[in-house]
Amino acid sequence: MRELAAQAWIVARKDLVLEFRTRTALFSAVVFTALVLVVFNFGRDPTAVATIDLAPSILWVTFTFAAMLTLNRAFQLELENQALEGLLVAPLSRASLYWGKLIANLVFVAVVEAVGLPLFVLFFNVPVAHVLVPLVGVIALATVGFVAVGTLFSALLIRIRFAELMLPVLLLPFLIPPLAAAVQVTAHLLAERPLSEVAGWLRLLAAYDLTFVSLATVLFRFTVDE
Amino acid sequence: MSLLTRGRLIALAGLVLLAGVYVRALAFTPIERLQGAAQKIYYLHLPAAIWTETAMIVVGVAGIFYLFLHDPRLDRFAAASAEVGTVFATIVLTTGPLWGKPIWGTWWTWDARLTSMLLLFFLYVGYLLLRGAVADPALRARYAAVLGICGMALVPFIHLSVYFFPTLHPQPIILKPSAPSLPSSMLVTGLYSVGVFGLLYVGFVMQRYALYLMREAQESAEGARG
Repeated sequence: MRELAAQAWIVARKDLVLEFRTRTALFSAVVFTALVLVVFNFGRDPTAVATIDLAPSILWVTFTFAAMLTLNRAFQLELENQALEGLLVAPLSRASLYWGKLIANLVFVAVVEAVGLPLFVLFFNVPVAHVLVPLVGVIALATVGFVAVGTLFSALLIRIRFAELMLPVLLLPFLIPPLAAAVQVTAHLLAERPLSEVAGWLRLLAAYDLTFVSLATVLFRFTVDE
Repeated sequence: MSLLTRGRLIALAGLVLLAGVYVRALAFTPIERLQGAAQKIYYLHLPAAIWTETAMIVVGVAGIFYLFLHDPRLDRFAAASAEVGTVFATIVLTTGPLWGKPIWGTWWTWDARLTSMLLLFFLYVGYLLLRGAVADPALRARYAAVLGICGMALVPFIHLSVYFFPTLHPQPIILKPSAPSLPSSMLVTGLYSVGVFGLLYVGFVMQRYALYLMREAQESAEGARG
């Protein structure tokens, strides 16, 4: 277990160092998130629909698209100069390779979300300060689910044509249950309703994360091996 | 008798029996007090829905066994099951709105149960798209198995999220914790129809399986000729 964590951290650190040195992908993802939020502003009639009613959907659609866009990057990176072959022959277990990629993706998406959330608050004037801690908790729960499945699928599609198009097609049906749960919980939080009303949704989110992180850990080696 | 012929005969028997279901449904079961004749579509809708979900589980189970045994028969079976599942999902998504228009006054509503069937449909489409995108048979089988297993794991989540949403859809009247609450003649007709759809499923899967065999034989013959 300790070895798995150590190896996973090596893989994750490699990806993160690469990312924070170039920053191209990260900046693009952040700008993309800001742009989606701007697009939403033009996609609604502020006189007809109150922002607070629309806010959870805006937040989650933005995060879903941002996460999906950034997930393609995880393994595309490894295609250059046969870096993937290098990783596969390295003395790493497949599970730790998956966990490394998962952690790197989680950090990446978390940074994007950390910029996206304040922008969302700013653009749509939604007060979140009083529910910040549970809101961040829900975002973390849902993001783990998104990224767990997304990392597996981006590995699955690495050698496939039109991977950038296939990933959303395969991934979106999988993102709907956590997305639905996250939107419901967020709506409750913003309406200042007690969390106990959405206990079922929270359990669903937790079960989803657990199921797909473990499933992906097991299935990962079937996606990258030649 | 070849597999294809046997599959055709079973499917034909299924179609004849399906006509029998409707003779029984129209002449020998009571008309539902509130919904009137529209309720009769239920004998198509419910069995198709049950077999759509079953077919997805079959795809996943076949996938699990494939990853261990690497038997191409399992892959052909999963592919055939997914194709039939897609058709059954289409039946559910067609008969549903036909019933919804007179009863709910709308063809489509974003009701949880409708949405979940739509998700299942997209899951099948994604699975078939992935199969189409990989040329190498062994790689295709492995990738499809991974996606199939994930799809199977997603089914309970889709199902669970249904229960948390306020829904317009009639609640389950047969598969629920307490005893079925409908006249026994309706129940018998419904169960009979579930059996008939099972027969149709088997017949169609056998035909598709035989077609896969023929296609592979043709491809290997072409390969041998160069």
